[in-house]
This record gives sequence, C-alpha cells and structure tokens, in this order.
Amino acid sequence: MYLLEVRDITKHFGGIRALEEVRFRVKEGSIMSIIGPNGAGKTTLFNCLTGITKTTKGNIFFLDTEITALKPHNIVRLGIARTFQNIRLFKEMSVIENVMVSQHCRTGSGLVASVLRNNVFKQEEKTIREKALEYLELSGIEDFAEVTAANLSYGSQKRLEIARVIATEPRLILLDEPTAGMNPQETLEMMGLIKNLQGLGKTIILIEHDMKVVMGISENIVVLDHGVKIAEGTPEDIRKNPLVIEAYLGKEH
Amino acid sequence: MTEGRRQKAEGRKGDSPIHRFTHSPFFIALWFAMLFLPFKGIEGAFVLFVVLLTTVFILRFLAGYIRPLKKRLQDAGTLIIQNAKCKMQNIGAKSLIFLLILLLCLPFFAKDYFIDIAILSGIYIILAQGLNIVVGLAGLLNLGFVAFYAIGAYSYALLNTKLGLGFWTALPASVLFSTVLGFVLAFPALRLRGDYLAIVTLGFGEIVRLVLNNWDSLTKGPNGIGGIQRPYLSDIPLGKLSYYYYFILLFVILTIFVVRRVYSSRIGRAWVAIREDEIASSSIGIDTTAYKLYSFAFGAFWAGVAGTLFAAKMQFVSPESFTFMESVLILCMVILGGLGSIPGVIFGSVILVMLPEMLREIQLYRMLALGSGLVLLMIFRPQGLLGRR
Ligand SMILES: Nc1ncnc2c1ncn2[C@@H]1O[C@H](COP(=O)(O)OP(=O)(O)OP(=O)(O)O)[C@@H](O)[C@H]1O
Ligand SMILES: [Mg+2]
Repeated sequence: MYLLEVRDITKHFGGIRALEEVRFRVKEGSIMSIIGPNGAGKTTLFNCLTGITKTTKGNIFFLDTEITALKPHNIVRLGIARTFQNIRLFKEMSVIENVMVSQHCRTGSGLVASVLRNNVFKQEEKTIREKALEYLELSGIEDFAEVTAANLSYGSQKRLEIARVIATEPRLILLDEPTAGMNPQETLEMMGLIKNLQGLGKTIILIEHDMKVVMGISENIVVLDHGVKIAEGTPEDIRKNPLVIEAYLGKEH
Repeated sequence: MTEGRRQKAEGRKGDSPIHRFTHSPFFIALWFAMLFLPFKGIEGAFVLFVVLLTTVFILRFLAGYIRPLKKRLQDAGTLIIQNAKCKMQNIGAKSLIFLLILLLCLPFFAKDYFIDIAILSGIYIILAQGLNIVVGLAGLLNLGFVAFYAIGAYSYALLNTKLGLGFWTALPASVLFSTVLGFVLAFPALRLRGDYLAIVTLGFGEIVRLVLNNWDSLTKGPNGIGGIQRPYLSDIPLGKLSYYYYFILLFVILTIFVVRRVYSSRIGRAWVAIREDEIASSSIGIDTTAYKLYSFAFGAFWAGVAGTLFAAKMQFVSPESFTFMESVLILCMVILGGLGSIPGVIFGSVILVMLPEMLREIQLYRMLALGSGLVLLMIFRPQGLLGRR
C-alpha cells in the first residue's frame, strides 16, 4: 500500500527550476532516501510535502487525500512531520517543553480550561508530560529534559528535533540530513534511532549525503539532480547507475 | 566533508579582505569626510578626517577594555538576580503572604498621594501583563497597544455617561469591544513581520487616537468626557480612594492568576513556540495565524479591563492619555522587567510608575535619567531585570 504519492510536482523560484516534474511513491513502513548534489532540490521537495512552500504544478497525495494546497499545520495533523536541515528548535524553551508543545495538534484544551484547570485539563497536561518523557527516552535524551534547548550539544539538538517529530504522532517522517555534521559514532547511533522508528511502524523519507547511511538503511532511493529525478531504485541499482555516477562525479569520469 | 559542513554553518561571515577594509577606521573616517566635502571644503573635510580617524582609533582601543568590563558586569548582574531568585524561592510562600498583608494594610498608613500612585501602578500592571502576552510570549511587536486601552476607557465612559450603564454592565461590553478590536487589527497585521508589524500597529494606535480626538459629536474631541461614575460594589460606592485601591488590587490579583495559568498551558506554550520559530511551530501543527490572532485579542482583553478601570478611577477621559508615548511607556515596562516574565513585568510597571514620581524634585532631568537608565539596562542586562536566560 502506498502512503504517499507525488505526481509530477514542479517548483520554480523565479528563473530557478528547483523541482521539475518529480514523481515517486512511498510504501507504508519503508525507508526511502533522497540523494543528490548540493542544490538539487531535496529540501525544496520536503518544503512542498509539508506545505511550507506552494508547488508551482503537480499534486501530492497522502493516503488518497490530496494535500497539495493544505497549510503546514493541517498536513501535520494528517500525519506527516519533518526535521530541518539547519536545526530549528524552540531555543529558549526547555527540552521537555519542546516536546510538550509538539503534541499541540493531538491535544485540545482551550483558554477556559487552562484558566479553570478542571480535571480534563489536568489529565491532559499529565498525559502530555508523560508522553514527552517517553519520546525523550526513545530519542535518548531523557537526561536533559529540564535543560534549555539552546544549551544542548549539536548531536542532542538533532535528537531533540526527532523527539519533537515523534510527538506529533506522524505516520510519515521526513528527515533532512539527520547525520550531517556528526562523527562516525554519532552517525551509527542515529542510524539505530531511525531503524527504531521504522520498528514503530513509521514510514521514513531521508535526505542524506552520507552514502554509508543511505546504502545501509534505505530500501528505495530517489536521485535528484538540478530538480530532475534522474534515477530511482534499490541501493544496488543506484550504485551501478551511470547517470548517478555522472551527476556525482562529473562528465569527465 | 561533514565536519566541514558543520564549520560552514557556524563559521563567521565577513573575514573577507573587502569586509575588513570597509570596516577599517581609515575607511569609515574617509567616508564621513567625503560626505562633508561639499559643505566644508577640502580643508574642513581633511580636519574632519583626522579627527574622526583619531576618535575611531581611540574608541577601538577603549573597546578592548570595555568589552570585558561589560561582560563582567553582565555576569555580576546575572549572579545577583539568581541569588535573589534563590532567596525568594526559599521564603517563597511566606514572602508572598507578607507582601499581600503589606498591600492590604497600605491604606492605613500611606498618604492619599501614595495610594493614588499605587492605584495607577495596579492599572499599569494589568495593562503591561496584556502587552506581555503579545510581545513577550508571542513575540509580536505591538507599538499601538494603547489603542485597546483607549477603547476600553472610552467604551466605559460613553456607555456610562450616554446610556447610564453601571460599571458591572459596562465592563463586559467595553472589554468585548477592545477584544474585538484586537481581532480586527490582527487580521491585516498578521501578514507582516517584525518591523513592518510594528509600523502598522503604531499607525493603528494613532488612528484610534485621532478618531477620538476628532469625532466631536461622540467623544467631545480634545475636551474629553467627564462625569464618569465610580463603580459600586453592591451598595457601597467605591468613591473613597482606599476602597478603589482594594478594588484595583482585586483586579490585579485576578489578572495575575489568569495570566499565570494561561502561560503554563497548551496555549501559552504554543505562543512561546511561535516567538521562538514560526516555521518550526507550523511544522509541529500549530496554526500560527490563529494563535497570533488569539494573542492580540487576549492582550487587548486586558487592555480593555485596564482602560475601564482607568476611566472609572479618573472619572474623566481625553485623547491626551492615549498618545504614542503611552504605548512606548507600556512597552518599556515589559522590556525593563523582562519579556515574558510575570513578576518581571509587575516589577517593571511599578518602577516606571514610581520612579518619575520619586524623581519629581529634579523635574527637568528625570526623563533624561530614566532614559539613560533604560539604555544602561539594555547594555548590561538585555533580557530585562527578571527575564529568563
Ligand atoms: N526560497 C527560495 N527562494 C529562491 N530560491 C530557492 C529557495 N529555496 C531554494 N532555492 C533554490 O532552489 C535550489 C534547490 O535548493 P534546495 O535547498 O532544495 O537544495 P538541496 O538539494 O536541499 O541542497 P543541499 O544539499 O545543499 O541542502 C537551489 O538552487 C536554491 O538556491
Ligand atoms: Mg537541503
């Protein structure tokens, strides 16, 4: 069963063709990678999937619902969540608050309940906190729950972004270069974490430059170059594909 | 390669030769000298160049000493505040009860003049708490906040003098007016960010003041509206200053109670998230437009309350009380105390109401003193007196 279907989406920024009729489908429960040289349009693709930028043309379907023109917060509610290439945390909030606020779309107490603090509110608040701790544990940063997010180490900040994503209870998770800037040990741990997410039944799309990671965990790979999808297939196919080798190493090779 | 990426992200810009040249004292001095060339002639420009060059060099030289000093002062400030906070926590509940008793007993030993200031402080506390929701929590710079205060005050003034409504019937109506106005302003303003939002809200504040000033048939223009009634509490008229003081105290406590609870709720967290990062907020499912709207409206709600209390206290309103400077003053209260901190904003309001009164002796210089005080504060404690961080 296909969870996500991208049909010929195109995105132009003025004269720049960031995406050109890109199409692919993602199976539920799988890990897919998107690779391509710098400026290939990978992040732009994520921005289109999450409603942050509007597509110029094309349609996106999530579980047979068209999400092309939806606002970001509605897309999250349907079950797509993402991390950012250049980490975007709520810096002055504590780590646990970051994860608590990320449960926003799955909770509902309003202004009156907040002031009156009735039982429903108290119960919800308690659940939010418990779940937040659980997600922090899953991401391996439960020890830093009360630390201000800005004071976390680089690796932990990346983990907190993932904890925040889990907190929105998504079915599809988009990770934009989760291992960028990490040492081999951290990279290995991050791969383990991503595998764990798959184990929880989540579907994952990964943008990644580290070929060891890509080849190691993805079932399917899409290669973008200058906004165009130049190849798609299993890691084996991609490794041998002459177009991909050319895009990465230049024509001369 | 990955290590390089991290460094690229953290690396500073501006180490290029061009950047170094344009920021050299020589270039800065030359630039200004050239600007004055048409006015001062070649000799004047040369003198200016030399003077500027030496000044810039001296400043650069001093900067080496000032920066560590500034850092040390900031650290000292943080230490002092942290110590104070620790002590406050130790005595916590006890000190709060003590403060409450002190406030309750105030009318028995304080002069009328002082009670008057206390009442004014109370009104400003409510007002500043309202603005703090917009600026401190949601991070939206609102320079026309006084408009909502004005609407609250004028609504009560008009409902009372024209329709003869009492305080308790008029209060919900005038608060509703200013809240609705908060929504109305927020709609066009929310497409804007930062500086642009500040300008639009500033314009809005002025529009409201000008309308009040010029709609003679309704508001009596600059003459203002007099003869407004004080509130009644069942049968007791709250005409006596000390009664009104208790009345305001009640409202202040109510405000703090409500605002505190909203701060530490799902809604308060959503506001802070929007302040911290709007794109990330929408990507975790917060409807940022809606929540910015709520923050404007909720802030305006408290301005409406404060405005009604103000009109009832003064028994007179005129556009003069709702100028742009008033917006700035309220903003100063929020920033001085610490954006987003409830005790900080209370502190800031009280200080900014009390200080000008206490400095009355030096009349002419008090605004100067206040201004320099704020500038120094921003240098040495940019997060405000009781701000987080
Ligand atoms: N908001 C924008 N406005 C204009 N151009 C943009 C915008 N966002 C991206 N682009 C352009 O679109 C192209 C694709 O950028 P994108 O960030 O998607 O690349 P990427 O594949 O994520 O690269 P990287 O590996 O460096 O992260 C680039 O040429 C970029 O300059
Ligand atoms: Mg990118």
